Amino acid sequence: MDWHFVFSQALTQAIGPTMLIYAIAAIGLNVQFGYTGLLNFGQAAFAAMGAYGLALTVVAAGLPFWWGIAVGLLAAVAMALLLGIPTLRLRADYLAIVTIAAAEIVRRLARSTVWSEHTGGSDGIRGFSEPFFAMSPYSDDANWSFAFVSMENGRLTVDLGIVDFQYSDRDLWIMTVGWALIAVFLVVLGLLVHSPWGRVLKGIREDEEAVRSLGKNVFAYKMQALVIGGLIGATAGFVFALSRANVQPDTFSTDFTFYFYVVLILGGAARLFGPVLGAALFWFLYNLLSQTLNQAIRAELIPAGALSSIQVGPLVFFLLGLGMVLLLIYRPQGILGNRRELMLDVR
Amino acid sequence: MLLLSAALAGLLLGLGVSSTAHAQEEPGFKGTLTDQDDNPVADVEITVTDAGGTEIATVTSAEDGTWEVPLDAPGTYIVTLDESTLPAGLLVRNARPQLELEVQSSVRTVLFPLDTQLDPDAQPPESESPSGDEGGEETEEETEGPVGGDEAEEEIDPELEGTGGAKRAVSLLFSGIHFGLMIALAAVGLSMVFGTTGLTNFSHGDLVTFGGVMALLVNITFGLPVWVAVIGAVVAGALFGWLQDWGLWSRLRGRGTGLISMMIISIGVAMLIRFATLFFVGGERKRYDEYVGQEPWDFGWLVIAPKEVYTGLIAALVCSAIGAALVFTRLGKATRAVADNPSLAAATGIDVNKVIRLVWTIGGALAAMAGVFLSINDGVKFDMGQHLLLLVFAAVVLGGLGTAFGAFIGAMLIGVFVQMSTLVVSPELKYVGALAVLIVVMLTRPQGILGRRERIG
Repeated sequence: MDWHFVFSQALTQAIGPTMLIYAIAAIGLNVQFGYTGLLNFGQAAFAAMGAYGLALTVVAAGLPFWWGIAVGLLAAVAMALLLGIPTLRLRADYLAIVTIAAAEIVRRLARSTVWSEHTGGSDGIRGFSEPFFAMSPYSDDANWSFAFVSMENGRLTVDLGIVDFQYSDRDLWIMTVGWALIAVFLVVLGLLVHSPWGRVLKGIREDEEAVRSLGKNVFAYKMQALVIGGLIGATAGFVFALSRANVQPDTFSTDFTFYFYVVLILGGAARLFGPVLGAALFWFLYNLLSQTLNQAIRAELIPAGALSSIQVGPLVFFLLGLGMVLLLIYRPQGILGNRRELMLDVR
Repeated sequence: MLLLSAALAGLLLGLGVSSTAHAQEEPGFKGTLTDQDDNPVADVEITVTDAGGTEIATVTSAEDGTWEVPLDAPGTYIVTLDESTLPAGLLVRNARPQLELEVQSSVRTVLFPLDTQLDPDAQPPESESPSGDEGGEETEEETEGPVGGDEAEEEIDPELEGTGGAKRAVSLLFSGIHFGLMIALAAVGLSMVFGTTGLTNFSHGDLVTFGGVMALLVNITFGLPVWVAVIGAVVAGALFGWLQDWGLWSRLRGRGTGLISMMIISIGVAMLIRFATLFFVGGERKRYDEYVGQEPWDFGWLVIAPKEVYTGLIAALVCSAIGAALVFTRLGKATRAVADNPSLAAATGIDVNKVIRLVWTIGGALAAMAGVFLSINDGVKFDMGQHLLLLVFAAVVLGGLGTAFGAFIGAMLIGVFVQMSTLVVSPELKYVGALAVLIVVMLTRPQGILGRRERIG
């Protein structure tokens, strides 16, 4: 058992590019679900709007990269309006069903063969990420070392003795942009939720009728929360598409949204740092479990008949699902949350 | 046509197994030529050339229809079936006797679907090609990860392809009614659970999968006939529903857990069932050992497999029985009373928790039945219930959340709509239409057909 490798992998992924996607998407969800109480189960569709908006604009329409970003954001706003206008007046579980259905429609349309010459069908689109990586200040032939940090052919290694972190130059650029985005979002949200506007949102979550009786336009506030959360979700879609250098429709399944919820609830909904902490912990645990099991199979600590390496994935997700259920039953406020603030209920 | 499609599906399944079994062998191509009645086709010439057009080998299929071409190196090759050597009347069904295929370090199965009629609307090439067609997806299963997974139920019903207008519409109507009855079995349980507890249960779709898996256990592992497996699965489903309410949901209600928390917990439960299925059953589509390729009844105006008629009739009978029980029995009246107003029902002496436990048990049994019946047609796959769930939601919302009869009507409408819509739209988009209906209903009449305005406040 190579514990050094297991923990290095787990920690590398706990702040790596994948975690950033989940953290950003969950920040968006935090605005909608955590602060406003909107059950958006279609966050994957907002991410898909961002990812496909970017990819289609750059590849199919041949427009510049920044146009792609603009189109992705506009598509997310359009989607939020489209979903919000009919459903925000309804009860919470109706919004959940509609958003889940909308996300599924988006995914099925994206993988359809009808317009696969543009969207690539279930194969998706690639070839839009080069302008992004051309902006990267990290070159793939850098060689230097300083104390425990070394750069070898663009591969950064931070060797802390007990564990080490390793990232390629492309990972580094994604992480720089991703963490910068998280910082911006957290600062802006921190200011927003402590403003009068943010207090109205929390009021809607707690008691919609009370807020309405104070003369606030509840529908408009909910719609603003949905749009802002959707925009942040689209940003997660950009990071997702760019970090993989392709978009594929089946990655935007409803499971994607559910893991955003796991991340958000694990960290603590309605807490500024909840999504970030949740995402880091989620990917740390995921990699720790799957790497440990894989190592144990390779070292033949687990008899070959009991568990094959194909079964590790389902087993780890089973354990994470179990953890999520237990967390919701025994600690619904997550790590950072405040139980009294967050009595989740239908309103 | 049905038999051919079933045989093809069986071959696709076998293909997945063989490609993994031969994973470590020398590269090459192999295949078995059979006609639409599964008879082997011998003495057909198959030529393999490399990408540049240089011929590598020409083989003829053996007495049992098999052929094999070993290769020296992995790469892209062109496999051509010489149609002039086919027996009179036979043609390659998808009109693609020439396939460009990539082979890695394994023997790759190439499938030429043969048929007596040329069918230009048929499916894409039935070979294991990695370009993302259905055949390729069946084998290239992604068995891990929160994302991915294929759209197995988007398999085009090949028996309905290519048949002429009116006959096709009638066939689609009947398959729509059958599908609607299957949705109804699942929808009644979902709607009643919502009616009595207020819980939007996202794990109900995975109860459907559970039924299919339990029948697989009885049928394949224990080797018992399918009709025993159906009974076994329904009993197991009822038990599972009972256990879920006893071990989880009744405790949560007792703790005073909020409905939204319960809803997210139900998503967690759905993931648990799904990944447990993936763990034990694997990512491939599994079939029962009976009724896979069944000789259809041909009425001239309608071609239908007996299994669809029988499963449909049983489902219709069960739905009617449930409906009658709800209207005429004491327990049924008590259930409707709880769905209407739990506190008032409790005040009149009805044991609300007992009624809810009963609803969970029956809901689990009905969902399991839907799972087995669907799997008799399409096989069991770990995410079958997850994809069905949205249609069940569409049915329940269309009928009116919380009403059993509304759920039934909604399910029939959705089932027929999904199948009939393939007359106009491409079959892969048929679910999109149903989900769009769901959203339009939300927009215009959120209480559904039978629901009451006040429910949605």
